[in-house]
Amino acid sequence: MSLALENVGKTVGHETHIADIDLTMEPGRFYVLLGPTLAGKTTLMRLMAGLDRPTSGRVLVDGGDVTGTPVRKRNVAMVYQQFINYPSFTVYDNIASPLRRAGLSRDEVDRRVRESAETLKLGNLLDRLPGELSGGQQQRTALARALVKDAGLLLLDEPLVNLDYKLREELRVELRQIFSRRSAVVVYATTEPSEALIMGGDTVVLSEGRLLQHGATHDVYHHPASMQVGRSFSDPPMNFIPGEVVGGEAWLGGGRIRLPLSGHLAEIAPGRYSFGVRANHLGVVRNRQDDIAFAASVELSEISGSETFVHVDVDGTAWVVQEEGVHSLGLGENIEVFVNPRNVYAFDANGWLVASPPRPGAREAAE
Amino acid sequence: MKVRKRTLALGLYFVFLLLPLYWLVNMSLKPNEEILGELTLLPQNVTFENYVTIFTNADWYTGYLNSITYVSLNTIISLAVALPAAYAFSRYSFVGDKHFFFWLLTNRMAPPAVFLLPFFQLYSTFGLIDTHIAVALAHCLFNVPLAVWILEGFMRGVPREIDETAYIDGYSFPLFFATVFLPLIRAGIGVTAFFCFMFSWVELLLARTLTTVEAKPIAATMTRTVSAAGIDWGLLAAAGVLTIVPGALVIWFVRNYMAKGFALGRV
Repeated sequence: MSLALENVGKTVGHETHIADIDLTMEPGRFYVLLGPTLAGKTTLMRLMAGLDRPTSGRVLVDGGDVTGTPVRKRNVAMVYQQFINYPSFTVYDNIASPLRRAGLSRDEVDRRVRESAETLKLGNLLDRLPGELSGGQQQRTALARALVKDAGLLLLDEPLVNLDYKLREELRVELRQIFSRRSAVVVYATTEPSEALIMGGDTVVLSEGRLLQHGATHDVYHHPASMQVGRSFSDPPMNFIPGEVVGGEAWLGGGRIRLPLSGHLAEIAPGRYSFGVRANHLGVVRNRQDDIAFAASVELSEISGSETFVHVDVDGTAWVVQEEGVHSLGLGENIEVFVNPRNVYAFDANGWLVASPPRPGAREAAE
Repeated sequence: MKVRKRTLALGLYFVFLLLPLYWLVNMSLKPNEEILGELTLLPQNVTFENYVTIFTNADWYTGYLNSITYVSLNTIISLAVALPAAYAFSRYSFVGDKHFFFWLLTNRMAPPAVFLLPFFQLYSTFGLIDTHIAVALAHCLFNVPLAVWILEGFMRGVPREIDETAYIDGYSFPLFFATVFLPLIRAGIGVTAFFCFMFSWVELLLARTLTTVEAKPIAATMTRTVSAAGIDWGLLAAAGVLTIVPGALVIWFVRNYMAKGFALGRV
C-alpha cells in the first residue's frame, strides 16, 4: 500500500510536535526517518499508524482518507524502541497473536509463526516467556510479531537502539535482507546518521517537527539541502565557518584564510556564505599540497579505538576533527587543522546549499 | 553480644504478639470449668466440644456463611467497579482527574460510623435491611476507593505500548483487557482482593447495624454467648479462632505480593 501525509500537523496544548508535513511513501520501499531526539520521529510514526490523530491535515492510504480510522482497522505493524511483548504469553503466542486475531486457521498460524521465528532465529525459544529472554531475543520476538503479519505499513521506531553493539550490527544486516523481500512501506526511525547510511533506501530528515529534506539516502547525505540537514546528517555534526566570496576567492575566518574557488566551488557568486566541512574530511596532518590550514586550539581529544576525535576551537567556533589513528594532543595545544577545498560545502546566508562536493564514488573513479 | 540482644528483643516481640493468640487457642480447647477454675498453660482436659457446637448448630455456622457471603460479594463488586476506573485513571487524562483521584481516597478518611445513619435510612427505604447485598454495598464505599488506588498503581506499571501493540495486532478493547491486560496485573488484583476482604471481614459496626437475623455476621453472633448463666468462654474462644482462619488463609495466598500491595503498587 502507499501512504501519503498531506499537511499533517500535531499540536499538544501550545506545543507543536509536528508541523505541516507532506510526504508520499511508495510500497516496497524503505524509508529512514532521521533526526535527533525530540525531532518528532515517534510522533510522526504514531500519526502514520493511526495511534494518534493529527490536529491538522490528512493521512491517505492508497488514496483513501484514513485520518480518523483507529489503528485496529488499519493494516500496520509497529516495533518500539523498548522491547514490547505480551509478558504473559509465550514467544509462540506472542508471534501468533496478530494472526489469530485475523482469524487464520490453526495450521496457517502455525506455519507462519514457525517461518517467521526461523527467520529471526527464535526457533528453539518458542516455549519461553519474554521475561526469560535476553534483550536481543525479546526485540527479535517483537520484530517477528511485526513481520509475521504482512502489514502494508511496517513502522520501526529505533528498534535496535537498546541493543548492544554486536547484536545491532547483526540484526541490521538481517533486517535489510528481510525488508528487501517485502512489498510493504517500511519506515525506520533512527537518530544515527551512520545507521541511515547503512540501511540505505530513502531518508527523511526531521528536526523539531519539520521535514527538512527527503530523498535517496546517499543524495541527502552528499547534498544536504541546508546547514540544518548537514548538521543532523553527520556524526559528529558538520563544522561551519563563515566566509566571504570576493573576486573568485573566498576569505574565511575574518579574512585571514584564503580558500581558492575551484571545482564545484568555482561557480559561486560573490557574497557572504557559510562553509561546511564534515569531521572526517578534516585532519591534523597535511595530506595534499592544496590543503588549506586553520589555526586551532585543542579543547578535548577523544580516542575511540582506531580513530581520534579532536574537539578544537577555530576562531571561536567549536569544530570536531575525525582523524584516523591514535593521536594524543594536549589540552590547549595550538595546532593546525587541514581541509581540502574539494570537500567544502557552501551554504548561502539563509542556510541553503549552494555548492556541494561531487559524490565520492565519482571522484575516486576520476583519480 | 549485639546479635544476642537482637535475638532477645525479637523473641520478646514474638511472645507478646503470639501470647493472645495462644491464649485464645488454649481456651477454645478447654471446658468452661477449667477456664474459670485454674490457670493451665496447656489444656488438662482437651475438648473439641466448643468447635462441634459451632459446626453443628445452625445459629452459629450461618453467622460464618453470612459473613463469607457479603465479604465475597463486596470483593467481587469492588473489583468489578474498580478495574475499569483504575484503567481510566492510569491511561487517560481528563479534566480534574487528579482531584477526582484524591477525592476517592478521602472517602476512606471518614470513620464508617459517620455513614451509619444515612445508610440505615437509605436501606430501610429500599427494603434492603438484613440482606447480604446491603452490607456488601455499604463496604464498597470504603473498598472501591482503596481498590482503585491500588490497581491504578499496578496498571501504571504496565507500559502503554502494550495496549497499543494489542490494538495494532487487532485486539478489541474487551478482549485485550481480559486476555492480555488482566494477567499482567494478577498480583495487583490479588492484593486488592485481599485488602477488600480484610476490611469487610473485620468491619463490625455497619455489618451489625444493617442486619438483624437473615444476614447476621459472625461477630454479631458471638455476642450471643453472653447469657443469664454468664459467658460461655470456651465457645467464644472457639468462634474467635475460626474467625481468624479465613484471614490467615488469604494472607498465606498473597504473602509474596504483600509488600508491593502496601506500597499500593508504587514500587
